[in-house]
Amino acid sequence: MADTTSDAAIPTAVSHEEICELLDRLAVTPESNLIATLQDIQDHFGYLPAPALVELSRRIRIPLSRIYGVVTFYAQFYTHPRGRHTIRVCCGTACHVKGGGQVLEAIQRELGITNGESTTDLKFYLETVACLGTCFLAPVIMIDDQYYGNLTPTSVGTILRRFGAESE
Amino acid sequence: MNHLPPRRELSDLRQSVAERAKPEISIRVCSTGCRALGALAVCEAFECEVAARKLTSRVRVVRTGCHGLCAGAVAVVIDPKGIFYQGVRADDVREIVETSVVGDGIVDRLCYRLGDEVVWRQEDIPFYKHQTKLVLRNCGLIDPRSLEDYIAQRGYESVERVLSSMSPEQVIDEVAASGLRGRGGAGFPTGLKWRLGQAAEGSPKYVVCNADEGDPGAFMDRALLEGDPHLIIEGMIIGAYAVGAERGFIYVRAEYPIAIEHTQTALAQAREAGLLGSNILGYGFDFDIEIRKGAGAFVCGEETALIASLEGRRGMPRPRPPFPVTFGYSGKPTVINNVETWANIPRIIEMGANAYSQIGTAGSKGTKIFALAGKVKNTGLVEVPMGATLRQIIYDVGGGIPGDGQFKAAQMGGPSGGCVPADYLDYPIDYDSLQQIGAIMGSGGLIVMDNTTCMVDIARFFTDFVQAESCGKCTPCRIGTRRMLEMLERFTCGEGESGEVEQLAKLGEMINKASLCGLGQTAPNPVLSTIRYFRDEYDAHIHERRCPAKACRHLLSYRIIDGVCVGCGACRKVCPVGAVEGKPKEPYTINIATCVRCGACVQACKFNAVSVD
Repeated sequence: MADTTSDAAIPTAVSHEEICELLDRLAVTPESNLIATLQDIQDHFGYLPAPALVELSRRIRIPLSRIYGVVTFYAQFYTHPRGRHTIRVCCGTACHVKGGGQVLEAIQRELGITNGESTTDLKFYLETVACLGTCFLAPVIMIDDQYYGNLTPTSVGTILRRFGAESE
Repeated sequence: MNHLPPRRELSDLRQSVAERAKPEISIRVCSTGCRALGALAVCEAFECEVAARKLTSRVRVVRTGCHGLCAGAVAVVIDPKGIFYQGVRADDVREIVETSVVGDGIVDRLCYRLGDEVVWRQEDIPFYKHQTKLVLRNCGLIDPRSLEDYIAQRGYESVERVLSSMSPEQVIDEVAASGLRGRGGAGFPTGLKWRLGQAAEGSPKYVVCNADEGDPGAFMDRALLEGDPHLIIEGMIIGAYAVGAERGFIYVRAEYPIAIEHTQTALAQAREAGLLGSNILGYGFDFDIEIRKGAGAFVCGEETALIASLEGRRGMPRPRPPFPVTFGYSGKPTVINNVETWANIPRIIEMGANAYSQIGTAGSKGTKIFALAGKVKNTGLVEVPMGATLRQIIYDVGGGIPGDGQFKAAQMGGPSGGCVPADYLDYPIDYDSLQQIGAIMGSGGLIVMDNTTCMVDIARFFTDFVQAESCGKCTPCRIGTRRMLEMLERFTCGEGESGEVEQLAKLGEMINKASLCGLGQTAPNPVLSTIRYFRDEYDAHIHERRCPAKACRHLLSYRIIDGVCVGCGACRKVCPVGAVEGKPKEPYTINIATCVRCGACVQACKFNAVSVD
C-alpha cells in the first residue's frame, strides 16, 4: 500500500551524519514507539530513506524486516522521495457519485502519472485518498494544503496548468 | 476518596469567565471545515474591519468550529440577532460589518433562500429548525481553542460533579441507565462495556478515543474534535474515573491536521487547569491523555487493529475474545469508545440518565450525528434524535435532491453498510431498525443517491475500497473481496453471466460468516443490500448489457445529435483525446473508437446535442 514510485534517477543521498543527528534528537531507544518515530523521520526527510531505517533498526532494537512490515502496511509511509507538490484526489463516496473518477482520469492524462507516482520533473506527486472529509466540495482534490472543489474533468486541467505556471 | 478542596485554577477560571464582559455583538465564523473555501481570510478580514472601525470593545470575532451547513461555506453567524450568512468571501466582509454590525440591516444576497424567500435568521432555516443539537451544541458557537469559552457553556461541570459526588459504580450505573450505545457503528451498550472494563483484572488500565474516522463520507468525528475538543476530553476523564484508568489515548487520523492541533491545544489547557495530570481538581484521581496519529490504514478503526497500531505494529486485527476490555493495550484492560460516544458522556451526567433516555427510541437512546452528502441540497453535519426518518433527514433538514433528480437510495454506514431504497423513507432509523433492512448505523455517513447513480457501480465502488483496505490476514476477506470485485467489475463492463448474481450473493454470505474482524464480516453488506433492493439493475447489466443509470461507462456510447448540434466546437475543445471530428459551423461527430467516455463533451455542450445511450 506504500507508494510505487521507482524512479532510479531520483537522488536518494542522505548523509549518515544527518540521520544520526536526527535520531539523537528524537532520543530513539528500544522503548520508543515505532510508528511515532517513523512519522518524525518522515517529517524531516519527506520520506523514509533506507539508510535511516537501518540505523533506526539498530537503535530501537527491532529487526529491519519488521520495520519494513510496518512501513509497507500503512499508506502514509513513503520509501521514495515524492514530487514537491502533492495532489490528493478524493475517492470518497460523495465524490464518486458526483464524478470524481473522471476528474482523477483527467489528472492522470494531464500529468502522465498514476496513483503513487511522481512526475519526472518531481513537480507533482499524485495519490488517491479514501475521503478528504469535505464532501460538500465533491468532487474535490487538494494540492498541498489548498482545496479545489466542485471540479469537472475540464476545470481540473485548467487548475493544474495554472498551478504549474504559477509555481515555476 | 481523598476530598481535598478543589484546586484554585478551575474555580478561578469559572470566576473570571462569569465576570468576563459579554460582547454586544459576536461574529461567529467557521474556521475549520470552511477553511477549504478561504475561511481564514474571512476571519482575518472581519478582525481587521472590526479593529479599523474601533469596535473591538463591543464586537468579538469568534473563530468557531463547524456550523453544520457545509453547503453554505464560508458560514458566518452574527449574534445576538442570529443572522446567518453563507458563501461569505473576504470581499463581502466590509459590507456585512457596515450593514449588520454598525447598521441594523441584512445583506440579502448572502442569506439562505427558500425559493424566492430570504431566510436570514439561523433558527428559521429548515436545516437548523429540524435538528436537535445535543452533542454538537458548542460546535459553531465557541472558539474551540478557548477553555474559557468551553467553561462558559457549563464545561467541565460534569467532571466536577462526578469527582465530587459520585462513585465509579454510580457513574457506570448512570451511563448504563441512559441507554447510550457505541456511536462507532456496532452499537454496543457503553455502560456494559465500562462495567466489564472496571471489573477486569490488571493494571494499569487504559481508555482510548477512537478517532480513526476512515469511512468515506463521514466527518462528524473530525468536526467534533475540531469544534469542541474539550467535550471529548471531559468525556474521557469521566470514563477513566469510572473504569479506573490512569492513561488515555486519542487515536486520530493523520489526515485531520486541524483536529490534531485543536486537541493538542485543549489537552495543554486542561493540564494547566488541573483537569488532567495527578490529583485532578484535588480529588486524588490521576489521569492523562496523549494523542497518537494514525498512518493511513482503514482497518485500524477496528479495535484490536487499533491497539496493534498504538503499540507500533502493523494494524492487523486478532480474534476476539479476549476483548480489549480485558486484554487490550500492552495486554491490559482497555476501554475503547468512539469520539461521538465520549462526547455524549458529559451530556448524560449534565442532564441525568432519565432525561437523556427520553430522547430516541426504545432500543436506541439519544441523538445521532449524520454526515449528509451526495445528491442533496444542504450537505453538512446533522444531529437528529434516534428514530428520525430518512425523509426528515434528507428532505426537512437536507432540503431534498437538487435539480430535477429523483431520490433512489441512501447509502448508510459506509463500506460496512448498505443502500436503503425509497420504500423506507418513512422508516424510523435506529441501530436495530437499520440492521433489519440490511444497512447499519455505522459511524453515520449518509450519502444520498439519485437516478443517475448506478447501484451495481456503487457495490463495485465499496468492494474496491474494502478490497484495497483488507489487511490480508484472513482468507475470506483477502481473497473473497477480490473475487467479489472481479465479478462486479465484469458486471459493470457488461460481461456478467446468468447465475452470477446468485454466486455473488452466496460468496458474500460466506465472507460475512467466515471473516475474522468487522471489516471482512461487513464487507459484503453494500453488495448484498444492492442485490436485495436493486436486483433489476443487476439484471439489466447482465442480460441486456445496459446501465439504466447511465453511469457505467463501458456500457455507454456518446453520439452528437445531427439536427441539434450548431457546430460551435465547444465539445471539440474539451475532448481530451481528440475524438470529436468535423468542421466549425457544421455538425460534429464522435469517433467511437477513440472516445474514452469521459463525459467532458456533455458538460461542455450548451445545446444538449450530445446523447448518451
